[in-house]
This record gives sequence, C-alpha cells and structure tokens, in this order.
Amino acid sequence: MSMAQTAERTVAVLDPMLPRVARVAKKTRDIPKVVTLVLEMEDGSRLGFEPGQFNMLSVFGVGEVPISISGDPAKSGGLVHTVRDVGMVSGALTRLAPGDIVGVRGPFGSSWPVSEALGGDVVVLAGGLGLAPVRPILYSLFNQRGRFGKISLLYGAREPEEILYRPELAKWRQRLDIEIQVTVDRADADWRGDVGVVTRLVPKAHVDPKQTVAFVCGPEIMMRYGCEALLDAGVAESSIYLSMERSMKCAIGLCGHCQLGPVFVCKDGPVFRRDQLGHLLTAKEV
Amino acid sequence: MTPDRLPAGQKVTIDKTGINALLVALAKRGYRVLGPVLHDNAIVYDDVSSVADLPAGWTDEQSGGRYALKRRSDGALFGYAVGPQSWKKFLFPPIQTLWGARREGNGLKVLSESDKLERYAFVGVRTCELHAIAIQDRVFLQGPYVDTHYKARRENSFIVAVNCGTAGGTCFCVSMHTGPKAEKGFDLALTELLDGGHRFVVEAGSIAGEELLLELPKRAAPPEDIAAADAVVAKTAAAMGRAMRSDDVHDLLLANMDHPRWDDVAGRCLGCTNCTMVCPTCFCMTVEDSSDLAGVETSRSRRWDSCFTMDHSYVHGGAVRASAKSRYRQWLTHKLATWIDQFGSSGCVGCGRCISWCPVGIDITEEVAAIRGGRE
Amino acid sequence: MEGLERIIREHPFFAGLKDEFVELICGCAKNVRFEGGQYLFHQGEFADQFYVVRAGRVALQINSPQRTITIQTVGENEIVGASWLVVPYRWSFDAKALELVRALSFDAACLRGKCEDDHDLGYEMMKRFTPILIQRLQATRLQILDVYGTNR
Repeated sequence: MSMAQTAERTVAVLDPMLPRVARVAKKTRDIPKVVTLVLEMEDGSRLGFEPGQFNMLSVFGVGEVPISISGDPAKSGGLVHTVRDVGMVSGALTRLAPGDIVGVRGPFGSSWPVSEALGGDVVVLAGGLGLAPVRPILYSLFNQRGRFGKISLLYGAREPEEILYRPELAKWRQRLDIEIQVTVDRADADWRGDVGVVTRLVPKAHVDPKQTVAFVCGPEIMMRYGCEALLDAGVAESSIYLSMERSMKCAIGLCGHCQLGPVFVCKDGPVFRRDQLGHLLTAKEV
Repeated sequence: MTPDRLPAGQKVTIDKTGINALLVALAKRGYRVLGPVLHDNAIVYDDVSSVADLPAGWTDEQSGGRYALKRRSDGALFGYAVGPQSWKKFLFPPIQTLWGARREGNGLKVLSESDKLERYAFVGVRTCELHAIAIQDRVFLQGPYVDTHYKARRENSFIVAVNCGTAGGTCFCVSMHTGPKAEKGFDLALTELLDGGHRFVVEAGSIAGEELLLELPKRAAPPEDIAAADAVVAKTAAAMGRAMRSDDVHDLLLANMDHPRWDDVAGRCLGCTNCTMVCPTCFCMTVEDSSDLAGVETSRSRRWDSCFTMDHSYVHGGAVRASAKSRYRQWLTHKLATWIDQFGSSGCVGCGRCISWCPVGIDITEEVAAIRGGRE
Repeated sequence: MEGLERIIREHPFFAGLKDEFVELICGCAKNVRFEGGQYLFHQGEFADQFYVVRAGRVALQINSPQRTITIQTVGENEIVGASWLVVPYRWSFDAKALELVRALSFDAACLRGKCEDDHDLGYEMMKRFTPILIQRLQATRLQILDVYGTNR
C-alpha cells in the first residue's frame, strides 16, 4: 500500500473503524503482568461510557485489542483500562509509558443494567481480572448509595499476589455500607484470608433471592459455576448478568469473529442476561 | 426536453450488437464494466469492453469437487452457471486498506483511506447472486454500524442481471427461493434466447436501467419472445443439480449440534477455506496492522478471513473452536441457521460453489439430508 | 452435657437429627477452643477427631520444603476432617487456627463405634457428610483448574 494513495482527510468520526488518537496520561502497575492505563483524548474530548462497555485500543503498527473500561462513568477525566500482558498487542499496551500514543475506538457493547437493581440488593461476583469490568458498577452504586439495599462484592483470585485493585478493596472495606469477601485458590501460610473457590462465597453472603440482582464477571468456567451457585441460592436466571468474551477484530458486528451461536458478543453483548444466553454458556466449542 | 419513456414494464428484444452497445454505453457513463471472461480454465469476473470479451459458446460442468469448462454447440454468451468468483470480489474486496497513520513530531495523524471512487457495472449477475448481494447489503448496510467502504461501492453500482438458461450441476436456487427468475435488485435483466435467432429479452428494473435501455438498438419484445424467455427460465428451474429442503433447516441443525454426522464430515474436511472464499455471502474478515521500519508510518488493512482457521476463534489461551468438527459445524450452522436469527434470511443462495470448489466434494445439501436422517 | 446437647441440636450440620441420636453422639462430643496459630492436627497423625467449627477460621495446609501452602480455609458451621471416615485414619494435611476457633470435637472411634451399632445413626451421619465431601471435591476441582491463570 502506498502512502501516496492515502488521501489527506480529517479523521472521520463517522467511520467506526477509524481510531482516535489518545495519550497515556497515567500508568500504574497492579499485579504481575497487569497495568492500569488512564487515557486522555488528544483533541480534549471526553468519551462517555456505560459500565460494562469496552474500547478497542490500538498500538499503532502492532495491532488492536478490546479492553473493558474500568473507571467511574460519572467522573470526567481520562478513560481507565486495566490490561494484562497475554499477547503481542496487550503486551505492547503494558509497556507503554505516560505520553505515549494509543488509538481508541469505542465505546462498544451492551452495559451492566445497574438500574435493574434500584431499590434492591446487589451481588457483584468477580474472579481474577473480571474485577476490572465490574468496577464501574461499584462506582455507580457508590455514587447513589441510598438507592440500593445491601451491596456484596464477592471476589476470587488465584493467589494473594494476584488480587486486583487491592488498595482500593481495602479502602472500600472501610466504608461500612458494603460487604466485601475475598478468597484465593491457594496461598502461602502468611495469608490470613479465605482460601477456596469463589463460588463458596455465595452461600456465605446470605443473599435475599427475592430482591437481588447479580453481576458476574471472570473466566468463563468461573462464571458458569458462579451462576449455578447464585441459582442454588434462589436468585432468578433473569436477575443474573454476566460478561462474555470472544475474539474481536472490528467490535461493530461485521468481522464475524465474536459470534457465539446467533449472537455477536461485540454488539449483542458483552453483557448478557443469564436466561438469554441459555445453553450458549455451557455449549462446547460453539 | 423529456426523453422518451418506455411504457411501464415493457420488455424489449435486443441482439448481440445491442449487448455490445450496452457495454459501450456503460463505459461511456463512467462505469468500470465487469463481466464474465475466460481465465485459467474458469469463467471469472473481470473488465469487459465488448462482446468479444465474453465467454461465447462456453459452459461449465460442475459436481462435487469438480469444475470444468466445456464447449457448447451454440454461441451463447451467458451459457454457463457460476464460477469460483462472485461479485463480492468488488463490493467487499479481499484486501482493503482502512487507514494510514503518520507520526508528526510528537503527535500522530490518522488518515482515512479514501476509496478511489470506482463505479462498477456488473454484467451477467445471476439471480442467486442478486440475492447474495441483497444479503450482504443487510450485513454491511443495515446493522447498527455501516461499512463505509461497502456503502460507497454499492451505492454507485449498476447491475445487469441474467436469467439462467443453463442450470449448474450443483445449483439449488429453487430450494432456497433465490431463483432462477430475477425479480428485483437489478437495473436491467436479460434472458438469452438461442432458438430462432440469437437475441435477448430485456426488462428494466430501475429508472437508471430504463434510461440506458432507451439508448440501445431494440424492438418491443413480441409475445413469442416473452413466452420463450419464460420457458427458458422454467426449463432451468426444472433442471437443478441439487435440492435441499429449506423450510426447517434452522431448527434441524440447531437441535442436532451433537449429531454424529458432524464428526463424519470433519473426517473429510481439510479446513482449506475454499468454501468461504467462493461463497458469495461469507463476510468474515480480519485486520492486519503494518508499519515501516521506523514506526513512523503505520496502517491497518482488512482482509477476507474464514471461520475455518484456528485463528478465527482465538481468545488468550487458545481457540474456542479447536476441532475441525466444531469449525465445520460453525460454518454450516451459521450459513443455514443462525444467519436467519441475525439477518432475517438464510445466508445460502443455493449457488453450489461450495460444493464444486471443495477439494473433497463435501456437499452441504447431502450433509443436511444426512442430519435430517432420510432421503429428500 | 446439657449445654453440649443444645449446641449440637441447634447446629446447622445436625439439623433434623432425631433427639435420641443427638443424645447418642453427645457422648462422643466435647467443646474445644484453639488460639490463633494453634494446630488442630498435623499431617500424618492419627485421625481420631473431627471438628464442627462454631466460630473462627481454620486453614488446611500442606508443607513442601520451600513453602507452606494453604489449600482451603474452613469457617463457621463447616467441617474439618473427613479422614476419620476412611482407613488408615490418617490426616493428609495440617489444620491451623487462623484466629480464635471454637468448635465441637467428636471422638472418631466413639462415633464410628456407635454408627456400627446403630446403622440408622450411621446413615444419618453419612447423609450429612457426603454432600459436604462432594461439594468440597467439586470446589477443589475448580481450584486446581487454575481458571485465573493465563495458560489454558
């Protein structure tokens, strides 16, 4: 492709495949191989988003990946993305420094319906890096705390060293209006917290199934069993939401990669209601 | 000055010089005129400027895993079915640059790739292909996001359809309700008549088609020409190479995701992606980023992809559809079943290309029948 | 003895147990407490008790030369110990109180004997133990799947 053939045109926001230029404003290292980037749009604009949505982040010359937005939707300021190094592009993202350029397309996807829980209790069940896509839910709940009943955050990680947002979890614990339970799959002897699979936290949370909405996010296996634990506790399938993940190249429903049966995870999801997903959550190789 | 108008619905008869005049008139209007040509032992779509470029007197013989050209005893210009290419080659090109970016000082500028504005005139579009184009219109133009490249190419195109006079060996448009008669979606539609003089019955399907028709040497089509044209289409409809009961396929396939037939076909399928390449409705694509050595100029392009590749369903950790069985099943259930949930119609137009161009001759009509468990 | 009977009767693990059975197993039971850091038992020791935790948390641990790994924590209303059910009655891990733990401890030999004598009692105990063991097995399977890991 010859650059000479490329016409000089201002970035057409109408073309959803064109990335907009942003810069890394801040970078924090979280757990091993995981960083959180705060991005600011080069043109000074602010991209609004709903909890659960994601952006396609480009490292120019390397590639593009979908990353959930994990900041507070109500706050002005940059776009927050927590990225784990699992491949070429995500690795490049984790190696960026403040001031570096990133391409942003989005926000895309369906969102966590936090308003469904108004007046009732909320259970947020997360595992591993799944805490990132649900963090905006917690910010939304805190921003209007009086409109919700009991809030429970049940979080499972692999080991204590891999507990995401640990300082923030500790800060939230200091609020007296949220119950936070953290467990790990295994730990060294100096860990004083719970050890065990995260689904065990559900019966301990004493949910009131008649007025609970649950948001579940994490590896697919964890979400599967997490949903089962919630169903065992009496929560209705239509009150459980989860976030699915599939390969994405376009995020606009045109590349075909993110298909899960009849749904496109990028535009029909990534947030789905448990009963609407049906067997798609458990079907093999679909 | 108002030009003459043809009486509404009036069909005309033209002969070979008329066809030539049609190609010339399209070129004069600034279209890039594309039609069937002989190339590499197949009939493919490429630039045409006169009737001499068309594959006169050639037909194709197709069956499972087999495509061969054969000489006809007459000089029919459109006496074949479909070749390995479809019009998606132009509307949805195999490789398309999306944008380029250039670092300037500390900043970076993203430049949209402007498509060299080409207006395509497609000559010789089969009815199944009209349906395929309509299906891709639904995918690229009627979702929440519009593909700007497809839109630009599609909006400026002119379509000359051809009613099939010869049924292909692997065709089943009748089963899929996608032919053989062209009903809509064309600017002009012609039916080739060979008995009693080589001529074509033409009807307009749009104002643009009507205007073009006015310029061509023609005569009002006599009733016997119109009857002959109808007979040609009826004969083709009766000679389909394949059939597939299509009213129940959605539920049939989705209720049989663990049918042993999937393992059976997986044992034959090479994962070569031929079927997805020749299929006129397949739209899967991937993106590729590239950069110069200094990282100053970068670009992203979009290219055809296939759900048969291991890469297609790769999420960190591995492919969701790792087995050949799951990938074949994904393709066929998408094409015939979940496509309906997504876009309101089947994704298959019964053109038979996937059957002819599969190296091992996998026949989707046979696979569906096997899963149904009986003879059709 | 009365206090113990009441504790047993009211404990969720024994919910629905006939009064006469409660009396029977009471004879094998006693109240125990462990300070934080104290061990309930060590790997390899003879499994002569099982514990029903009333308060506090116990960490089940396995030692390797380089480190001590906690494989499970057990809390309020949960059970510590299943090895007493199975020959050769030997603990397969350490159990350490993470904080003050109050528990009911049951003498394994005593309870095994009473179950042998009265199979109905035996069945009631098995009915209560089996679901816990199965749940624990499923949970352990999920843990070893290492779902949060980056490799498949």
